[in-house]
Amino acid sequence: MNSRTMTPWRELVEMVRMAANAVKTNILRSSLTILGVFVGVFSIIAVMTGIRVLQQNLEDAMNGLGANTFQFQRFSAISFDAADWEKYRRRKPFRIVDLSQLERRVTLAQAVSASANFGSGEASSRYAQTNPNIPGNGMTPEAFTTQNFTLGEGRGFSTADDDSGRLVCVLGFDLAAKLFPRGSPLSESVKFQGISYKVVGVLAQRGALFGQSRDNFIAIPLGTARRLYGENLSVQLQVQAPNRDTYAEMVEQARGVMRTMRQVPPGDDDDFEIVSNESAVKQFRSLTSAIRLGVAAISSIALIAAGIGIMNIMLVSVTERTREIGIRRAIGARKRSVMMQFIAEAVLLSEVGGALGVVGGILFGNLISFVVKAPPVIPWDWVGIGLAICSAVGIVFGTYPAWKAAHLDPIDSLRYE
Amino acid sequence: MSLIRIQNLARRYVMGTETVHALRGVSVQIERGEYLAIMGPSGSGKSTLMNLLGCLDTPSEGSYELNGKDVARMSDNELADIRNREIGFVFQSFNLLARADALHNVELPLIYAGVPPKERRERARQTLVNVGLGDRMHHRPNELSGGQRQRVAIARALVNSPSIILADEPTGNLDSKTGVEILSLFEELSRRGNTIIVVTHEEEVALHARRVIRIRDGLIAADETNPHPRAVVASVSAP
Ligand SMILES: Nc1ncnc2c1ncn2[C@@H]1O[C@H](COP(=O)(O)OP(=O)(O)O)[C@@H](O)[C@H]1O
Ligand SMILES: [Mg+2]
Repeated sequence: MNSRTMTPWRELVEMVRMAANAVKTNILRSSLTILGVFVGVFSIIAVMTGIRVLQQNLEDAMNGLGANTFQFQRFSAISFDAADWEKYRRRKPFRIVDLSQLERRVTLAQAVSASANFGSGEASSRYAQTNPNIPGNGMTPEAFTTQNFTLGEGRGFSTADDDSGRLVCVLGFDLAAKLFPRGSPLSESVKFQGISYKVVGVLAQRGALFGQSRDNFIAIPLGTARRLYGENLSVQLQVQAPNRDTYAEMVEQARGVMRTMRQVPPGDDDDFEIVSNESAVKQFRSLTSAIRLGVAAISSIALIAAGIGIMNIMLVSVTERTREIGIRRAIGARKRSVMMQFIAEAVLLSEVGGALGVVGGILFGNLISFVVKAPPVIPWDWVGIGLAICSAVGIVFGTYPAWKAAHLDPIDSLRYE
Repeated sequence: MSLIRIQNLARRYVMGTETVHALRGVSVQIERGEYLAIMGPSGSGKSTLMNLLGCLDTPSEGSYELNGKDVARMSDNELADIRNREIGFVFQSFNLLARADALHNVELPLIYAGVPPKERRERARQTLVNVGLGDRMHHRPNELSGGQRQRVAIARALVNSPSIILADEPTGNLDSKTGVEILSLFEELSRRGNTIIVVTHEEEVALHARRVIRIRDGLIAADETNPHPRAVVASVSAP
């Protein structure tokens, strides 16, 4: 019966159990220390949750282009740099005439399309009218595919619609619901910027991106827009590859064609952007990396401060409990057991703050999901990382006090008043 | 083989420039099942000797064999394990964990012995019953009288079935009536075969032991056998 010793696992379990008891009794006094860990973990988790929500939203929403499709743009998909904006603004816009050139010369493409925003305005039906903030888009028939538009009812544009500039339109889901609260909008008439169009189709719902509805617009054939608003409309051009394998090759071909068309001297940078769903997400990631870094710095400082707090409170605790340590040693605790007990205590203390920080951070970070109307997100990987960091903080800053506890002289400790 | 064999045991404390000779060379053999009292005036080195016997402290000189094993050659972990399994300490000031109830205090040595929770709770409970505290399992030390606290401490000393019970002035903080109750508990334990070493400076206490070692200035002044140890009259709940 007396030859038994503790297995390392049993020892760990027992020491954690003891530590839990001690933490329970000390939790109020330790609340300031816990607050430090809380702040550190909270800021990591809140920001990572927020970024994750936006990224998820972006990824969900980045069906803005069809499969294996990219778009030529003057502007980068996302940029916060004012200097960049200046550069983008000076670039030559794309014109409708560029479309036919691309169609002819990008032989690897399956479809080439163009779309143009010809300004916002008020839309009205015989039932309702909107604020004057509805964007109007001109689209070639192929643009429905390349921009991943799904029709809810009716049809898209035909080549005939486009070629002869017919006064037909397709409505975004929200706009259709607003203008035609009851019954089908098909074949009804919608007035936009003073011109009447016949509704031929309604798009399926696409949801919001960064809090903005993408279902609140009116589309007319690009040929119609061209007839009404002139040749000089600035357009966006989409190019679609037949499959994944030819996509990269096609991008290079299209890039070369576009450089020639825009007379970019060899060796110079492109004076246009090639944006695809993937590239937009990638760009978002690299932009947020600065934010991530800043948060990492802030929370590191908070966690180091918290760690020092933990060390301090543990040193106080060791002094206060000198007698207890002496008792434990007298009845057979090995140094290692005492050390483990106090390290476990530091880790638990830190984890209490960490757990609160995780919960608070997830709740706070998801506030943004209400703002952008996206589903909430729990960043499990960061939860794991956050809690692991707490353990590390507890271990790093708890080791010295624990070492001190373990190396107290048992007899002196027993005499300690 | 003697349970305890110490030879020329000395312990010095160095405090700054001064050296205190707490023990100056003590040799004793103690057999299994003995009930031994160590007596002497305050400061004579009794506690120092107890700490050495209990493997809480290491001697400056001399040798100590416990169960035939040389304690001086043991590692820190081995000493901890000896304290856990072979020694049961009872202190003057009880030394219970203030925040833990009686049951948990008694369980403590079994935790470090690696006894699984269910078994150790059962053993702790049984030992508390044996010292007459079956109805005080979940009281904390501050909810117990001095005598009850010392019983908890004795239960803790007993729970892992050690070879020796070492009690350093166990009645020093108790009134005389309670002290007598504690002594009768030791007597009962002794009758059941436990080895007990009690430090005291009360002659009254020593009368109950079968052997008395008197210490003066760190040396053994006398080693007497008591042919007719007095039985304690006080009644205790049968252990
Ligand atoms: N840790 C220590 N440091 C310095 N001196 C000590 C220490 N422990 C005991 N002493 C001294 O050793 C002597 C014996 O002490 P102790 O064994 O406690 O005596 P007793 O228990 O017989 O009263 C005393 O003079 C005491 O002051
Ligand atoms: Mg003493």
